[in-house]
Order: sequence, then C-alpha cells, then structure tokens
Amino acid sequence: MRETFVDTVTATLDTDQRLAVVTADISRDAFAAARNRHPHRVINVGIREQAMIGVAGGLALTGMRPVVHSYTPFLVERPFEQIKLDLGHQDVGAVLVSIGGSYDDPVWGRTHQGPGDVALLDTLPGWTVHVPGHRDEVESLLRDALAGDGRVYVRLSSRENARPQPATGRFSLLRKGSRGAVVAVGPTLDNVLAATADLDVTVLYASTVRPFDHRGLRAAGHTDVVLVEPYLAGTSAHEVATAFDDVAHRLRAIGVRRDIEVRAYGTAAEHDVVHGLDAEGIATTVREFLR
Amino acid sequence: MTSTTIPDLAALFGRMTGDEKHEWAAASTVDVLWVLYDRVLNVSPDTAADPDRDRFLLSKGHGPMAYYAVLAARGFLDPSTLDKWTTFGSPLGQHPDRNLVPGVEIGSGSLGHGLGLAVGTALGLRAQNRHTPRVFVLVGDGELDEGSNHEAIALASRLGLDRLTAIAIDNGSASHGWPGGIASRFAVEGWHATTVDGRDHDALHAALTAPHDGPNAVVATIRNEG
Repeated sequence: MRETFVDTVTATLDTDQRLAVVTADISRDAFAAARNRHPHRVINVGIREQAMIGVAGGLALTGMRPVVHSYTPFLVERPFEQIKLDLGHQDVGAVLVSIGGSYDDPVWGRTHQGPGDVALLDTLPGWTVHVPGHRDEVESLLRDALAGDGRVYVRLSSRENARPQPATGRFSLLRKGSRGAVVAVGPTLDNVLAATADLDVTVLYASTVRPFDHRGLRAAGHTDVVLVEPYLAGTSAHEVATAFDDVAHRLRAIGVRRDIEVRAYGTAAEHDVVHGLDAEGIATTVREFLR
Repeated sequence: MTSTTIPDLAALFGRMTGDEKHEWAAASTVDVLWVLYDRVLNVSPDTAADPDRDRFLLSKGHGPMAYYAVLAARGFLDPSTLDKWTTFGSPLGQHPDRNLVPGVEIGSGSLGHGLGLAVGTALGLRAQNRHTPRVFVLVGDGELDEGSNHEAIALASRLGLDRLTAIAIDNGSASHGWPGGIASRFAVEGWHATTVDGRDHDALHAALTAPHDGPNAVVATIRNEG
C-alpha cells in the first residue's frame, strides 16, 4: 500500500500545483525522486512531528493541499494537539497518511503501535477516515482525497486481503445471511470471510469508516451486528448506535483490546490471536454472539 | 490612518475589560503591534484576502486586547465590536479565532503553535512563487518554553526562509529564564537576530525591516513597569 501511495502522490505532484508533501524522515527516501522534481513542494522536516503538522497547517493557509505522512503513532498521537489546532481549529484541510497500522510489525514493540488513531480522530469534528484493505483500493480513495479540501485520514497497512473490493465510500454487501451482520473493516476482511464461511450471516465490507455508512448498515436488515475493526475494539460502536437509534439492537465489537498492553514481539498474526482478530477468534465470537 | 496614536489605542483598549494579568500581557505587545500595523505590514482591510499580502500571526494569543485594539484602529474591526468582547456571540474572545475575526491570520491560545504555522505559511508562499509577501509571527518569552518552537526555529533556518520574521516579546515571564538571552537561541540556528527595546518604535521598525539572508528574529525587551 505504501508503494501505491508514494506512486499516486508522486504522479499527482506533476499535475496538481496545489499539492505538497510533508514528511518527518519516515519514507523520506521513498519521496526522493519527487523531491528532486519539486523541491519546494516535497518537504522533509527531519524528526520533528509537531513541526510536520504545523507546516502542513501553514501550507494549507496559503491555499495548498498538504499530504502528511508518517508511522501511525508519530503522525496521529505525538502531534495530536497540532492536528486539533493547526488543522481543525484553523479550519484548513490536509490528507494524513499513516503506515504501520495497529501492529503491522510487532518486533518494534509498543512505541511503534497505533491502535488508538481512529478513536483519537473521532474526538475531532470533520475527519474522513479511510481504512483500505488492499493496495488496489488505495489509489481511488487517495485521488479523491488529494483533489478535495477536507481533512482526510488514510490508514495504510502492510496487511491486506487477497482481493480488492470497490472503494465506494459505502459498505459493500459481500454475503447475504439471515442471523445477523458482520461488518469487516479494511484488512480484517479475509479473516472475517474465513471465520463466517459456514455461518448464516451477512458480511459487509467497509474501507471508509468516517463518514460511517449508517444507511448501508440499516439496509442489510439486521439488528444483531458484529463489528470487526483492525484498531481499538468498539471504535465505531457509537456509529452503530447512531444507525439504530430508534430500534433495539445488539452489538459485539472485535478489535485491538483496550484492557491490556501486549508486551510481546513476534508476528502480526500472533498478535491477531491475542486480540481475537484471527479467523478462529472471530468465528468463536460470532458463534457465541448468535447463540 | 497613520495619525492614530498610542493614546487612541488606549481608548480602544479601554472598551474591553479583563483581569490584571491579561491586561499586563496585552500591554507588552502594544508597541510592536502598532509599529507592525502602522509602518511595516503591507495589509489592510481591503487586502485581507490578497494572496500577496503580508501575514502577521499572533502566536501568543493570550492577552489579545492590544491586538484587537490595533485591528480596530486599522479598520479591520468596527470599534463597537470591542464593547461586547468575550460575550456569547461576539467574535472576540480571550484568544483570537481566525474564523471569527477579519484580519486575524491564525486562531491561537495554546502556546507554541504560531511558529510552525508561520514556517508552513512561508513555505507555501515560496512554493507558489510568491516572493513579495513577508510572514511575521509574534511569540512570548514564556511561550518559547514549548518545545514545538524549537522544532520550528531549527527548521526555518535550515530551509532558508528569508521572508520570515519572528518577534519574541521578552518580558521576563519564562519561569526558568533563557540564560545567554533569547536572541542567541535564534542566532545559533542561523537566524539574523537583534534585541531591541520593545517600547522604542524606531528601533523596532529598524529591526523589523532590517535586511536579512535567512529568517529574522527580533527580541523586543519589555521591562516590567508595574
């Protein structure tokens, strides 16, 4: 996904004079060619994440369209007040693009994990949030974001599904069942499909979670919902509640656990098991929920 | 317009109220604000949206009464707006909001945000080949405690932002002080740095308009006059 991101942005820099890229050393080399062609619009600030967002805010104040990129915790958590004030409070736009997901590479430990990113952005008004599940979903989401004016977060991951889905901004109906709906967000889809292969459930897929497709969820025709998100469990629970604000409903949320810090390295697949995000874990939760 | 004098500003200032601490903080900026808007900045109510205008970013948004008074004196604000400041529905708060006040370039209040925004603004103008406008940003000596400023100070010089001027009001409010002086913090990063009497209009004007290769820092010293 990162390569698609770099290629798409690099190509757009040639055609859209409004576009600028701001990095803080992460992926500096990936943008070297673009920086050579557009030295004043591809800016690496060094390891200065507060300045990274501040610079983006200033660029936007002059009418430019900044794309800001770093590893998840250094993009969203470390300069969070800059995101709140230098972008949101100034009422200017930017496209923030993270890599690393929640725990793409757990050998780096907790410092390089960012499962709280979407929940944090949820505390601020006006953010669009994309969580593509395949590299081929990235380009169209990104091209729309680059062409717009709003505040957009694109959460890239090295984890992806075997096949892309159309990135429509709406939930896609992938499977129709009768006992409930499972909403799979981004890279969780393959595990959700494997977990529900022999279950009588509807499967919806979301690569855009803000705005949340309330209507798409309602249209699936179930009020028993399992939400599977690759970041903090239940991050979108309030959105499900909004979708069903006039009817009784049940919700089970699967995602990165909130109750513990996992002090372990290893592989992302091993961490999936701890959080119940592996196919077996999802299957167990869904069966239990439908019982 | 240039006939407005500091006593006129005092009258505008008097239309607002605030606690003593805020009034004192505001008063420390009144002279440099006046010199900027009277003699330095190429911006007026008619050119407030002109992409080639000079920008003034008040980073130290705390104590904005002098700022509002100067904006009113220069025609950005109707002076009657000052009478109801900080009330619900007034565009004027204890911290300024660019989305509410004509002529205000940034919303500020939380310390340490203006310099980064100013660096980005200077970069944005350069990227668009707009070499005429200058970018001025005002910070306080206490505000410089925030580490974000030092990211921006280092960056501005390394990126060669010669249209940028930072004004640091030094009224000795930083709890742990700045041994060696504030100007040295900018100078060591390659800024052109001058320290002047923050009440001396001619000295301020000279420092604010001095030729400089990299970014320019003007430390305006304010003695506590009680």
